[in-house]
Amino acid sequence: MYWTLFLTFLRIGAFTIGGGYAMLPLIEREVVKHKWLSKEEFFDVFAVTQSLPGVFAVNISVFVGYRIRGIRGSLICALGTILPSFIIILAIALFFTQARQNSWVEKIFKGLRPAVVALIAAPCVSAIKSMKITLQMAWIPLLSAGLIWLVGVSPIWIILAAGFGGITYEYIIKRK
Amino acid sequence: MIFWQLLWVYLKIGVFGFGGGYAMLSLIQDDVVNNYHFISLQEFTDIVAISQMTPGPIGINSATYIGYTAVQNAGYSPLFCVFGSALTSFAVCLPSFILILIISVAFNRFKNNRFISSAFTGLRPATVGLIASAALMLMNTENFIDYKSYLLFGVAFVMVLKFKVHPILTILLAGAAGLILY
Repeated sequence: MYWTLFLTFLRIGAFTIGGGYAMLPLIEREVVKHKWLSKEEFFDVFAVTQSLPGVFAVNISVFVGYRIRGIRGSLICALGTILPSFIIILAIALFFTQARQNSWVEKIFKGLRPAVVALIAAPCVSAIKSMKITLQMAWIPLLSAGLIWLVGVSPIWIILAAGFGGITYEYIIKRK
Repeated sequence: MIFWQLLWVYLKIGVFGFGGGYAMLSLIQDDVVNNYHFISLQEFTDIVAISQMTPGPIGINSATYIGYTAVQNAGYSPLFCVFGSALTSFAVCLPSFILILIISVAFNRFKNNRFISSAFTGLRPATVGLIASAALMLMNTENFIDYKSYLLFGVAFVMVLKFKVHPILTILLAGAAGLILY
């Protein structure tokens, strides 16, 4: 049982490129196929995991592991998800230190870097659409980005302020 | 010394890293690059690129890589670097791991908690700002060396947003363009 859990999450960790949300359909399929959780239970777990800090894919595997086999299950699932990343990155880190001085590699990365910035910037635009951020709400992301970028405020303060702001809004302003 | 700092920084990232891998980047950058100078901004950008192209969650990939590079930059041998990467990967997961164990006990009460859902009415739009700030801080002269950089940025942006080209394919094409242009 533990071995199956470990191998399943190892496979999920090793074969999904593109981060947490790309892993989701794979985790769902495996978990439902093995009858570890029902589809409804899985979506409950998914909904709660979205409101947690940290690495999404690891969180969801910890949650699933705990529901199936308690703390030991959660440790095994987390380890399975993390291990492939860890080993692959270590191998690259060892190799890349030497490769970095290579002029070809340097050229490739000169081209890569602006594209990486574009890849980070693009989800902002799609998030504004999918979250239905209206014009009245637009000041929140604008102010957050401005404070971090121009003033040098730590993102931690922004997160705390946004959380408390949301609570104040729902409990005090909306209630009036 | 550096190991305690890395542990502290990554525990903080684990506690406050709401909104997924990209929103986490601004937290990581703030401490790892700006405050503690563990790695340079260029190294950070390269690590993000590699984390995207390799399997697994970006949060773990980048934690492993940054842990390794930070210890290496501090002048330690590879064995200590491996320890550094294990430390950061462990630290980034620990806070939410403990949180999940606590939540699991009162799962159903947590699921429909109004307090938490109202915090997220503020957090959700703010994470968009966090992601934007990560992108803005990477737009500097280390990453944008000439007009060709801006061209590559524009093309990649349109490709991903408008034509839904896969991020990995976009990175590979940009790398190929770099070989030709420079």
